[in-house]
Amino acid sequence: MEVHAQNDCKSHRERLTCLLAILTALTCLFSAAGAHAQDKPYFVTYSHDLEEPGNLEIETKTDVARPLGGNQYGAMAVELEYGTRAWWTTELYLDGQATGGDSTIFTGWRLENRIRPLMRDHAINPVLYIEYENTSGADKTILEFVGHDSQSDLAGPNSELRKDHQHEAELKLILSSNVHDWNISENFISEKDLGHAPWEFGYAIAASRPLRSAESGRECTFCAQKFTGGVEAYGGLGNTWALTTRDTSHYIAPVVGWQLPKGVRLSFSPGFGLTAASLNRVYRIGVAFEFEQVGNWFHHPLEGGR
Amino acid sequence: MRRFTAIISILFCAGFAVAASSSRWEHIPPKDHARPNPLANQPEAVAAGKLVYGDHCLQCHKADAMGDGRKRPALRSERVRTASDGDIEWFLRQGDLGHGMPSWSSLPEAQRWQVVAYLRSIQ
Repeated sequence: MEVHAQNDCKSHRERLTCLLAILTALTCLFSAAGAHAQDKPYFVTYSHDLEEPGNLEIETKTDVARPLGGNQYGAMAVELEYGTRAWWTTELYLDGQATGGDSTIFTGWRLENRIRPLMRDHAINPVLYIEYENTSGADKTILEFVGHDSQSDLAGPNSELRKDHQHEAELKLILSSNVHDWNISENFISEKDLGHAPWEFGYAIAASRPLRSAESGRECTFCAQKFTGGVEAYGGLGNTWALTTRDTSHYIAPVVGWQLPKGVRLSFSPGFGLTAASLNRVYRIGVAFEFEQVGNWFHHPLEGGR
Repeated sequence: MRRFTAIISILFCAGFAVAASSSRWEHIPPKDHARPNPLANQPEAVAAGKLVYGDHCLQCHKADAMGDGRKRPALRSERVRTASDGDIEWFLRQGDLGHGMPSWSSLPEAQRWQVVAYLRSIQ
């Protein structure tokens, strides 16, 4: 039994090491060339920042946590975010996870669109968010909490969890403001399984600001203006049968973002569960890189003069 | 399901309809037009603005700020020369989403003024 436990532990460590190696490799790959993104370092909350038109941002968001009664896991969402228009961003997510003493599996995909209906910048800027997700019950990426989501949903064996297939639609109302270099964002989330009732609800709120407002005028990596600090809070709000903040997960999570040279952005957030249904702690790491004007890659140079 | 499809269709149509609005360069509020650049005549602001320009503006408007001759306009132009500092800061903050220019309200205000100082220096 002890030998099994040691083997499981070793295997789990190998998987986590593998995840970190992938993150490092992505960082090195992305460091080869690139542009700077302007996104906030939030993991759950959306601000009204959209992708610049024609740009493609690739971002990984990795969660590491251990649910009560379950094994430690690492879950990664790879996001491909494209600026279709200045007011419209399209995004594809590919999700996977590795659970200690269990298996490493692909858990599904999501397709989302974010639209800014108002063309001017206002005190509060709304963004409409529409998503379709096709995931299995073994999906452990934390992109939002809705309904009565609980850490027990994350504790079962992958072989059992993946039998459950979820075809869900998600709508979000994103409200976001930039006030004196602070960004303050609120998201109202509603989600429904397309096969059955009920609608489930959730929220996410966040605030952040750069540690220094003005650019210093010299190239630097560790300058204060390259760092963004803030805090997120997110959780479930029950469903149409019981609209409540009880028996669901709630988290508070400080966030730190670091804009590295050549367009790489790192973010880190330790999340702390506030209820019995929440994970005690969840550690989150994000690596993002933006490819400039990918549409131009497919244009012949001679077309430029037309 | 039918109701969900209808909601999505309405939202997309609303987005496209609003995006068809005209350019707003001409509609800058007087109080924004009159705002002076607090970093004007500071050489370090120009150097800092050049870095911010390189991070966020260069990919469309190019290193020489002459655009691509098609959809991405030149920033060394009569329009920018004759605009007030407040006009340019307002335009950076608002963007022109219907015509492909993102809003840069997410940049700290100081950095937007640094970009204004840089754009002034290259006219």
